[in-house]
Amino acid sequence: MNFADMLITILNGTIIFSTPLILAALGGVINERSGVVNIGLEGLMTVGAFAAAVITIWTGETLGLPGWLAPYLGIIAAMIVGMIFAVPHAVASIDLKADQVVSGVALNIFAAGVAMFLVKKLFEGAGQTTTVQNVFTKVNIPFLSDIPIIGPGLLKIYPTSYLAFILVAVIYWMLFKTPFGLRLRAVGEHPRAADTLGVSVRKVRYIAVILSGGLAGIGGGTLSIAISSNFQHSTVSGHGFMALAAMIFGKWHPVGAMGAALFFGLATALAVSGQVLGLTQYVPSEFLNALPYLLTILALAGVVGRAEAPAASGKPYEKGSR
Amino acid sequence: MNAKKVMGLAVTSVMAASLVAGCGTSNNKADNNTQGGTTGGKKMTIAMVTDVGGIHDNSFNQSANEGLDRASKDLGIEKKVAESKRAEDYTPNLNSFVKGGNTDLTWGIGFLMADDIKKVALANPNSKLAIIDSDLSGDIPKNVEAVTFNENEGSFLMGVLAAKMSKTHKVGFVGGVKFALIEKFEYGFKAGVKAVDPTAQVTAVYADAFDKPDKGKLLASQLYQQGDDIIFHAAGATGDGVFAEAKERGAGYWVIGVDRDQYDLAPKNTLSSMVKRVDNAVYDVAKDLQAGKFEGGTVRTFSLKDGGVDYAPTTKNNTPQDVITLMDDYKKKIIDGSIKVPATADEFNNFK
Repeated sequence: MNFADMLITILNGTIIFSTPLILAALGGVINERSGVVNIGLEGLMTVGAFAAAVITIWTGETLGLPGWLAPYLGIIAAMIVGMIFAVPHAVASIDLKADQVVSGVALNIFAAGVAMFLVKKLFEGAGQTTTVQNVFTKVNIPFLSDIPIIGPGLLKIYPTSYLAFILVAVIYWMLFKTPFGLRLRAVGEHPRAADTLGVSVRKVRYIAVILSGGLAGIGGGTLSIAISSNFQHSTVSGHGFMALAAMIFGKWHPVGAMGAALFFGLATALAVSGQVLGLTQYVPSEFLNALPYLLTILALAGVVGRAEAPAASGKPYEKGSR
Repeated sequence: MNAKKVMGLAVTSVMAASLVAGCGTSNNKADNNTQGGTTGGKKMTIAMVTDVGGIHDNSFNQSANEGLDRASKDLGIEKKVAESKRAEDYTPNLNSFVKGGNTDLTWGIGFLMADDIKKVALANPNSKLAIIDSDLSGDIPKNVEAVTFNENEGSFLMGVLAAKMSKTHKVGFVGGVKFALIEKFEYGFKAGVKAVDPTAQVTAVYADAFDKPDKGKLLASQLYQQGDDIIFHAAGATGDGVFAEAKERGAGYWVIGVDRDQYDLAPKNTLSSMVKRVDNAVYDVAKDLQAGKFEGGTVRTFSLKDGGVDYAPTTKNNTPQDVITLMDDYKKKIIDGSIKVPATADEFNNFK
């Protein structure tokens, strides 16, 4: 394998594997910037992956809608279902002032249970969906895809990857350039000050948690209908937690989170490519496979410098409290 | 304020309680209300425990499930299925059938379950068990029937096919996990390629998982990128990713499937499939059991000779007749013993 081909496969693998992480990490950023911790990203990704697979199969194969349309409907469904599943977490942590970590863990368990239960109901007792026929395919842009290395490496990617990069820009703009973004950050740093100035802490936090559910849902959908082409118990295996790590590694900033997610994606791509590239002659493949997780731990252990969470993150806001 | 805290706790505990919903075994009663079975007496119950691939793995779990479906239709047996999500589920799933008492035979599908089958069989000497793809290292309890296949023979034919059809003289192999069983596929395939085109390059890679289509897809993308135009997979559900990648790339990128006829996964990109008739094995054992015959403590081997492994009938759709004729020639030579197909790295290095 020559150097150019090697570069292409690694670049392409990096983008593909980081896409779900970018999307879910963006959800985490919005969520935590508003002052609500969301350990439940994993669960939200699981229901998103489930909904995307089921709706794509249903619309494309049962209803017979055009093959290109079905995965888009699947992704929209993933977003909606993710938003719906974020509601209990929002209610528990904003209105009921429950412990947000406990509620998030419960959400993970709840989501995995519901998704597996429904898969068994819908697919005759099987623990996985059938293979999705109408999955996303990589976009071929005329001329641009023909640029050496960059074309096949960086531009020939799934529509969901393009969506992820666009959303990074949109969310950056929303958080730092709009009045709503300012309110959201204020609510996460100092809710009482924001409240004094007439910002509804409750409303802003609700919006943030539900948006975050939608983003994590899309991230999960990417896993099932762009990368894996089915949904099963192992489709979302720790991606939500890696996204959480990417968010912290990226210092609660959309662009930082994207960078961290790309880094984890690179680690995964290297792990999978190791054998084809012949790396396994020097390093055991088990080590390569553990690499993304090892990097996650290192990132969380603060190797990259102190990570400062939004001041009010994880604290329920009690009106009038000191 | 206090009431709110109680409510919060209630909401979270309801969510946690639904954890239970994900567990448990499913009880598939295939339509067996009309047939009385050939014996006319007591209705047999045969259970199977899948490995982590699950019954829609497009591979040997699915094949075993189809065999049991056929047995329930033709022979009137009752079928029960439990799917395993992880290795720790094997023993409890097997026990749930064996200890339930109403099961006449319990299948463990896949060599991953070898130790669990042995343990459960020894602890329950009055039950009957059977396992696919393992001879339990030769030490088989009296109440276990082991079923194995000569996958290397079928894979050899796939190697012949790949070597003959490759335009780039480079072909790939994607395996699930590197154990002796999957190496039988790898070295059988490599030997087949070597027999036809000694200069062709074969790259063998392993995904380290049977249930990760995303990894299969990336591995396939890399093999195709380096110029391999045909990939043979022996990776269960991980192999779905190989088909997905070939389909995405379009014409000229070929896949050879495994276990079941996988032609329908990518009709324009599938050259052939190395079919392994797990369904026939499961069916035959059910039939024998109904006739009162159970060969506990022995290994039953299915090979090219008895159709236990073979190339899929759909091979003719994308493969020219002269290549199929060549495959048939090699098939005859393997059956009459003039070619001995290697199954391990050592045997392969001494091959020819």
